[in-house]
Amino acid sequence: MTKRFGDVVAVDDLSLEVKPGEFFALLGPSGCGKTTTLRMIGGFEEVTSGSVYLGDTDVTDLPPFKRATNTVFQNYALFPHLTVFENIAFGLRRRKTPTNEIRHQVAFMLKLVELPGYEDRKPNQLSGGQQQRVALARALVNNPRVLLLDEPLGALDLKLRKQMQVELKRIQSEIGITFIFVTHDQEEAMTMSDRIAVMRAGRIEQLGQPEELYERPRTDFVAGFLGVSNLIDADVAGRDERFATLRLDGGTLLRAPAAYVNGAPRVRLGVRPEKLRVIALNDDTGDSVDADTNALDGTVLDASYIGVSTQYLVETPDGHKLTVYAQNLETSGAGEVLADGQRVRLTWKPQHTFVIGPAIGPMPAGDAELEEEPQVHA
Amino acid sequence: MTATAFPAATDRPEPVPIRRPTVGARISRLVLPVFTGVAVLYLFLPIAVMIAFSFNDPAGRQNITWQGFTLRNYVDLWGRPDITGPMVNSLIVAVVATLISTTLGTLIGMALTRYEFKGRTGLNLLIFIPMATPEIIMGASLLSLFVSAGVQRDLTTIVIAHVMFNISYVVVTVRARIAGFNRALEEAAMDLGANEWTTFRKVTFPLIFPGILAAALLAFALSIDDYVITLFVAGRSITFPLWVFGVSRLGVPPEVNVLGTLIFVVALVFIAVQIWSQRRAIVARPEPGT
Repeated sequence: MTKRFGDVVAVDDLSLEVKPGEFFALLGPSGCGKTTTLRMIGGFEEVTSGSVYLGDTDVTDLPPFKRATNTVFQNYALFPHLTVFENIAFGLRRRKTPTNEIRHQVAFMLKLVELPGYEDRKPNQLSGGQQQRVALARALVNNPRVLLLDEPLGALDLKLRKQMQVELKRIQSEIGITFIFVTHDQEEAMTMSDRIAVMRAGRIEQLGQPEELYERPRTDFVAGFLGVSNLIDADVAGRDERFATLRLDGGTLLRAPAAYVNGAPRVRLGVRPEKLRVIALNDDTGDSVDADTNALDGTVLDASYIGVSTQYLVETPDGHKLTVYAQNLETSGAGEVLADGQRVRLTWKPQHTFVIGPAIGPMPAGDAELEEEPQVHA
Repeated sequence: MTATAFPAATDRPEPVPIRRPTVGARISRLVLPVFTGVAVLYLFLPIAVMIAFSFNDPAGRQNITWQGFTLRNYVDLWGRPDITGPMVNSLIVAVVATLISTTLGTLIGMALTRYEFKGRTGLNLLIFIPMATPEIIMGASLLSLFVSAGVQRDLTTIVIAHVMFNISYVVVTVRARIAGFNRALEEAAMDLGANEWTTFRKVTFPLIFPGILAAALLAFALSIDDYVITLFVAGRSITFPLWVFGVSRLGVPPEVNVLGTLIFVVALVFIAVQIWSQRRAIVARPEPGT
C-alpha cells in the first residue's frame, strides 16, 4: 500500500503480513512512515493505493469505528471528562453491552493492567504510567483482532518504560491478541517483539526476528540502526561449502558463511563489536592464527573503561576503524585495560561475520520476507 | 511581618537587627489594599446604587433621592404591561438570537479551526468586522437594507440584527476553546466504535461545552441590553432598553432599578451555576447510561 500527502510519499508501496497472536514492531527513525502505516491499518489515514486486510476481510474503505482494531495512542488520548471506568467502558457502551457485563469486563481489565480501585478517578488524577495502563485497558476491553500501539511508551521516563515493556509483553501473552507496535527505540523493539520491520523512507528495509535482524542485517541502514556494526568492503575471493573467503583491500583474507554471499563480486562485510576478541600483540606473538578464526591486526586508538566492558577503537593498517566491546572478565585493576597505541589482534568466528550484498554505496531498500499466513495484510 | 511589597528592605540574606518597619514601608503596605478597594468600589458602586434605589419609595417621577424603604416596586411591577411587555420582547429576542448565533457561531468556529479551505484566512479577518464596526453605522446600514428590501421591521428584524453581531463574539470565544482541543480524542472515540455523530455528542461537545456556554452567555448579555442597533431595526416593537431610554427622558421610575436588579441576580445565578458545574466536573462522576 502507498500513502501520499500531496507530493510526499510517506509510505511507499509497502507490503506487510502480520501473523495472528504476534507481537510485531514497526521500527524506524522519525519520518520513516511507521506511524502512517499504523494509522492506515487503524483507518485514520486513507490509503492512496493498495489495500488493508484484516484476516480475509478487506477493510481498506472502512472507517475506524467499523474495524476490529483498537489503538493505544501516543499520548493516550484518554477522555478527560470521563472517569477511568467510563473511559474503559466507552467501547462497550457503543456496542450496547449490558451494564452488568460492562461492570464485569471493566473490573477484569483494571485487574489485568493492575489498577483495580481506580474506577472513579479522572485521567488527570493519574500518573503517566497509570494513564498508559488505562489507555491499554480501554483498547483491549473491546477484544480487538489487532491492537495498534503508537509509541505507547514514548512519554514515560526510562525506568517506567522498562517496567511497561515487561508489562506489555506479559499482557500480550496473557490475552493472545496480535499487537502491532510503532517505536523508534530499537532496544524496545528488540525486547518485546516477535518480529520487527525496520522502516526507512516509507519502505521496509528488513523484516525478521530480533536475533535475525541483529545477527544478520541485510542493509547498511539496519546494521547501523540496530546496535553498532563494523563494516568493511571486500572482494569475494572464493567459497567452499561452508564459508566464502573475502579479500580486504589490504590483502587480508576473512571468511563469512557461504550462504550469505549471493554472487556479487564485491560485498560489504560486517561484524558486531561484542563478537570481537582483542589480544595484545607482543614481539613473541606468532603470526599463526587458528584456521577457524578471522583475524585482523591493528592499533588501539582509544580505550574507554565503562564498567561491564571496555570499549576500544582499533585502527587497521589500511585505515578501517573498528569498535570493540571487550567484556571485563578478568580485569582486576586498571592496568589490564590496553593502552592507546598498543598493537592488537582482533579475532572472531567466521560465522559471526555478516555480509551486506553488493557494496556499492548505501543499499537500496531490501525486500521484506513475506512467507507467513496473514492476519493483517497491508 | 515583612514588607512584602519591598522585600529588599527587610529580606536581606545577611542578618539584620530586628527593627520597626519605617513609616514609608507602613504606607506602602497599604497601597495595594486601598487601590484594590477603590477599584472594586468603582466597579460595583453603580450596581449597589441601582439595587438600593430599587427599594426606594420616590415622591415623584424622579427616583434620585432616598425617600424610604419599600417592596412596593417589586410587587407592582408585574401589574404594569408597559414594563413587562418590553421585558418579554427583550427576553424573546435575546433567547432566540443567542440560540441561533451560538449554533451558527460554534459551527463556524469549528470550520475555521479544523478545515483548510479557500478563503479561510480572509474569513478569519471578516469575522472581526462586525465587532469593529461602530454600532451606529451597523444600525443605520441595517435600517436602509431592511427598508430598501421592503422588510417589515419587528422582533424578527431585531433578532436578525442581533444574530449578526453576536456571531462574531461566539466564533471568537468558541474558536479559542476548539484550538486547544486534542483531535486524537476524536480519533480515540472512533477507534472505540463511535461514529461521527456519537463522537461529537460524547466527546467533542462535552469538551468544548464550557466555551460554547461562555459564548452563549456573552451573546445573551450583548443582546438583552443592545440599544443602538435595536433602535434602528425595531420598527414599532419596544424592547427593554428602548423602553428605559424612552421613559428616562421623563424621569427614571424605580421599576427600571427593579428590573436591573433582577437581571443582575439572574446573572449571578448563571455565574454560580457555571462555577458549580465546573467544580462538579472535577469530582468523579459516572457517565449516565446510554
